[in-house]
Amino acid sequence: MDQTKTGTKTRPEVSITDRPRLARHVRLIFSQARQQRVLLHPETVVVLNGTGADILERCDGKRTVAEIVAELAERYRTVPEDEVRRFLTGLVSRRCVELVDG
Amino acid sequence: MDSPFGLLAELTYRCPLACAYCSNPLNLADYTDELTTGEWLRVLREAHDLGVLQCHLSGGEPLLRRDLGEIVAEAHELGLYTNLVTSAFGLSRTRAEQLRAAGLDHVQVSIQADEPRASDRIAGTPSFRRKVEAMGVVKELGWPLTLNVVLHRQNIDRVAELLELAEEVGADRVELANTQYYGWAWRNREALLPTRAQLDAAELVVRAARERLRDRMEVVYILPDYYSRYPKPCMGGWAARQLTVTPNGDVLPCPAAQSLPLPRASVREDTLEHIWADAPVMTAFRGTDWMPEPCRGCDRRGLDFGGCRCQAFQLTGDAARTDPVCHLSPDHHLVARAVEAANAGSRPVDVPLIPRPHRAGTRV
Repeated sequence: MDQTKTGTKTRPEVSITDRPRLARHVRLIFSQARQQRVLLHPETVVVLNGTGADILERCDGKRTVAEIVAELAERYRTVPEDEVRRFLTGLVSRRCVELVDG
Repeated sequence: MDSPFGLLAELTYRCPLACAYCSNPLNLADYTDELTTGEWLRVLREAHDLGVLQCHLSGGEPLLRRDLGEIVAEAHELGLYTNLVTSAFGLSRTRAEQLRAAGLDHVQVSIQADEPRASDRIAGTPSFRRKVEAMGVVKELGWPLTLNVVLHRQNIDRVAELLELAEEVGADRVELANTQYYGWAWRNREALLPTRAQLDAAELVVRAARERLRDRMEVVYILPDYYSRYPKPCMGGWAARQLTVTPNGDVLPCPAAQSLPLPRASVREDTLEHIWADAPVMTAFRGTDWMPEPCRGCDRRGLDFGGCRCQAFQLTGDAARTDPVCHLSPDHHLVARAVEAANAGSRPVDVPLIPRPHRAGTRV
């Protein structure tokens, strides 16, 4: 019964000095049944890939985007900074992620 | 076949409100034999095992279930994201604290209009003040708050004031959803369907509010499909992402599907897993094989899934036809005619509404 929802406008890009955190109404969990990490929001479920989940686990409002990228670089061979920023920008526009300061 | 992400648990169809756009079934009397606490807890466990991640507790008014706290606690224990969809009538501080302690994640409160007189008239009972108070409690206890408003011919001209109210109560999200014509709303369609001019005006207000509020409040605006060129992607596809359990334990792809001539499936007779996979009510329109033309050969079939089966059935008597909302549907004139009538200068804004009864057996 759900209908077409008109989306919110995309905000300016997330910068490397921003400190992202999960929005208050959002939860990041590991689904046993699906064996995947997912982001839960009142009306949607975002199924995450490994990198996406690793990024979001570090979004605590304290680490900057630059610090998150640096931490991920220890785990993955390459984590392009612009991709992390684009991923977070998308989630900010969907109100799953908030920025503490710029 | 994927596993469902969301469970809509319709705990009861009893309600202190009597909104004329209620999507509950007309035959309320068929749902009075409600599932017990134990049965609901089993449903939650089965849903979790099936892969469900979100649990929407709705109705009717879910607060009328005295065991709501136990139900929330079990859902929370299972790791489900719990969302209460309520009129907030009966959400006292004590009750709210109990639900908070049980782990309730999110609260959606409905309001009928931006001011007491109109809101109480539409709700059929004095409720506006108590709702606003309850929203204060929701915020105080630290819950994120979504304000839900069903828009229609008699309140859509007040979208600006409704958004102001949402700001005042500190809503994190506001959902302005135009009425969908199922259940009691179908019966009241003539009185509820807005004009094109009303919609255009509302859309401008919404757009401006989004710009202004973009860092403070999410504004969700749901267009009325009668005015769309293409149908809505109903439920993200039939029995693809969601399932509904009604107060008496019937399992459906969506609450409106109770109106379709399909064999019943009940949690009292079978497991959710088996029902989801094999029950005719789930398999009837799953995927794209059931589709007729013009859907079958349409590029959009994977986008809108042929629209809404319940609406097709309601308007044409055949659930397997293209949703008549689509301008390509051979039945589109059925929608066009209703829209034309809504825009005729002769129809007043305030056609009398037929309220739904609070419970089965109450005289309308």
